Amino acid sequence: SLCKSVIYGIITYRRRGQLAALSIAAVVIIVGVPLWWRTTETYRAWLPVSQINELSNLQLQLSAEVEVVFARGTVTPEQQKKVPLTQIQDEEHTVDEDTALRYRYETKYRTATIMEEDALNQPTAAEADLSLHTLSESPCGSLVVYVIPESSSLLPEDMDVYVGQRRTALLRIGAQMRVGKTLDQLLAHLEPRIKQVLQVMSFSHTDISAALSDRVRLSPGNKESIADSMRTFKSSPGYEITFSLLNPDPKSHRLHWDIEGAVQTYIQPLLTKLASVANFSIDSQTLYYAMLGVNPRFDSSLSAYTLHSDSLAHVINPVEARLGSNAASSNPVLNFLLYVPDAHHSPLYIHDRKKQEVPSNAFHSPRWGGIMVYNVNGFYGPEAVFPVDVNINMAKVMGVFLAQLRLLLGVQSSTAPSGFLVAPCGSNGLADWELDRLMWSRSVENVATATTTITSLAQLLEQIGNIVINDNIAEQVSSAVTSLQLAVAELETGNLRFALQYSKEAILASERAFFDPSLLHLLYFPDDQKFAIYIPLFLPMCVPILLSLLKIVSDARQKRREKQAKKD
Amino acid sequence: IIFYIFSTLYFQLSFSPLVPQENAGQFFSSGHTNNWAVLVCTSRFWFNYRHVANTLSVYRSVKRLGIPDSHIVLMLADDMACNHRNPKPATVFSHKNMELNVYGDDVEVDYRGYEVTVENFLRVLTGRLPPSTPRSKRLLSDDRSNILIYLTGHGGNGFLKFQDSEEISNVELADAFEQMWQKRRYNELLFIIDTCQGASMYERFYSPNLMALASSQVGEDSLSHQPDLAIGVHLMDRYTFYLLEFLEDIHPSSKANMNDLFKVCPKSQCVSTPGHRTDLFLRDPGSALITDFFGSVRKVEITMETINLTEPIQQRQKETYSYVDQLPVSEIIHQKPKQKDWHPPDGFILGLWTLILLVFFKTYGMKHLKHIF
Repeated sequence: SLCKSVIYGIITYRRRGQLAALSIAAVVIIVGVPLWWRTTETYRAWLPVSQINELSNLQLQLSAEVEVVFARGTVTPEQQKKVPLTQIQDEEHTVDEDTALRYRYETKYRTATIMEEDALNQPTAAEADLSLHTLSESPCGSLVVYVIPESSSLLPEDMDVYVGQRRTALLRIGAQMRVGKTLDQLLAHLEPRIKQVLQVMSFSHTDISAALSDRVRLSPGNKESIADSMRTFKSSPGYEITFSLLNPDPKSHRLHWDIEGAVQTYIQPLLTKLASVANFSIDSQTLYYAMLGVNPRFDSSLSAYTLHSDSLAHVINPVEARLGSNAASSNPVLNFLLYVPDAHHSPLYIHDRKKQEVPSNAFHSPRWGGIMVYNVNGFYGPEAVFPVDVNINMAKVMGVFLAQLRLLLGVQSSTAPSGFLVAPCGSNGLADWELDRLMWSRSVENVATATTTITSLAQLLEQIGNIVINDNIAEQVSSAVTSLQLAVAELETGNLRFALQYSKEAILASERAFFDPSLLHLLYFPDDQKFAIYIPLFLPMCVPILLSLLKIVSDARQKRREKQAKKD
Repeated sequence: IIFYIFSTLYFQLSFSPLVPQENAGQFFSSGHTNNWAVLVCTSRFWFNYRHVANTLSVYRSVKRLGIPDSHIVLMLADDMACNHRNPKPATVFSHKNMELNVYGDDVEVDYRGYEVTVENFLRVLTGRLPPSTPRSKRLLSDDRSNILIYLTGHGGNGFLKFQDSEEISNVELADAFEQMWQKRRYNELLFIIDTCQGASMYERFYSPNLMALASSQVGEDSLSHQPDLAIGVHLMDRYTFYLLEFLEDIHPSSKANMNDLFKVCPKSQCVSTPGHRTDLFLRDPGSALITDFFGSVRKVEITMETINLTEPIQQRQKETYSYVDQLPVSEIIHQKPKQKDWHPPDGFILGLWTLILLVFFKTYGMKHLKHIF
């Protein structure tokens, strides 16, 4: 009680009040305000913004290796001594202010070995190609060009270049290189042809700039390239392929198709070869009483029904409503429909704009799929008992569908330059160099899409300060940035397979980050709404504190005045 | 004079290559390969029957012109067809005297009732849906899709009311479209809104390739068309009523263009002044066909090449199929209960503060309050 009275004596009554007010104000300012700031802060994990900004400026280098092998009769013995040499050529293109491309062609020249000479002595180019392939297999992304003398009979008269099924090409030397030319002149003569071969078999500037369409809003090039880019499906990690058999007349036709066997034999080899590019899932169905949306016209001169190409566009929509799709995945769907016309409208032929019959009797729609009309009226006579059992010739059907599939996936190349003889694709529907082409353009497309996604995501997150950035999003962004850097590095060194793999990882990570459900910006608060929320909370608390501080200040001033008055 | 002659000659020469090769011309005129539609009705309650009828009329036209259900996202905030107050159940009419039932028998509503929220709408547009969302509820458009977005409901200057409890502002909508553009989720987008002061909703757009139409300007109300005495409510809004009339004349191969659409519902019929915005649209509106957005005319190419396949089909053994164990039943039965986070018991905070206040006042008494004030 002595202590108490001492303490109470030292600190007077009024003083206690002032101390209380000051300490409350101190707690509010020193502890309260920072606590409020921290708890109302949105959690934003760290993003590698500087690396993302670096990536927004894309400098891509694509490297392709070509080996040029001189067969006997193309180089003189003195030239042969000089021949093993390597040349590197760079070609630069600036697409726009953020994107630049550089193509590096590394050309290695050498002479042919004995075994290769034997292989080149085969009667036809196709057999030569096959035996050359058994000797050695070129790695993914590289090419071998065999230069054969003008006298060689492997190629027909007007053709100079034969593009094989794998990664080899045969190039015939022109007539002017017959006698007495130096090595440099020979190389200069061959160079434009080799460049053309590279553009057909590896990548061309039009393909690559079409693949960059996500980054660069292209001014339209030639019509063919626009049609190609509109027709091809965009790069996606997976695709779904659906084969549908449309039977509008089950009373007349009982159709049997061995779709499982046909897919296994004809389609699956192609898809297995494309496994590094995307995953494919296949299903099939049969639809009964599914009509075409247009009425075909009867052409008495042919005694058949015809569908004009103008009305083809209206065929797809009524059918599409009934096709259905796999509800579980969001992958793009390729639909292939086989339509067997009903007995009253058979046979049905498709006519093109020039009123000519189309040999395949099929048409396709960009980024959708294809439809083939299969006439079965030839399989039974007029006295047949309905319903007639019909076995569909799956080889013919799949031949058409496979061609359409190649077009829609972007495998089919545009027309080759003059003087080129391109071998038909092998039994698995895809030549090795076609796969390489696809891998080049897909890698570039993936890299372009991933960089735009990441940069726009970073921009978005910077602009909107209220969005919460969770750790998993930051992780996805970092992994996307890493994969992108690796993909660009692999493209530079020419490791095509790894480049494609990294670019796929980059795209997956960037899409997952961009489309994360937690990034929804619903937090648009205009300033007056912010005031309206905070004023009722803080004003009642701040008013007493402020008033008491003011009272302290006025008391102190009054005391000083009193002291002054006392002094005087 | 010579200059004039030269310039006309020049124009003639430059026009001649444009004499179209038919297939190429149609192929490239619009640059899109597929069509999508997002149709949203944002109001609930029986007296907002007309908004549901608006949306269903546009749905009907869009389906008739060819867009399949898989490419339409239909959001209806309330169920009018099966509402208790509907004297004709399972129907939604758009003309008085019940001439046209827009509900039909194959309506596919993707978002219904309370699922129609601002959040879900923005999620559909930007694609930020949870992974479990089915395909029919997603807008799976790509860079070659033309999208039609139709909104109707009650709105005001700069906002649109959803479900009577929340709003979407024009800034949020513009930001959503910008995110769609960044991710190249559309080729061209047509935005139609039928609400009061609808023009305010497209004021803030800034992404390219957007065209917008609204039923009324800022400061004006969009009015409804006609009540039906048997049903007891107004059936349609004026703008959409005349829009539907206009669309009934369009068929899939029609060549009507956007300029005709801008003329729909002049002030004499609509009482409000419909507005439109085309400055962000890169093509000339006169070259944009109605079917570019409302229909789905597919481009087709004849397949010229086939592949000669000679191998016979491999014979495989028939596999026997069995049902797979889909659920690990034993694991589910013998699961340990999950660790839940500990929360303080209810009312704890309230009790704590009451205790503190009681102690404070007991110790110091009420008279010390005067030191604060």
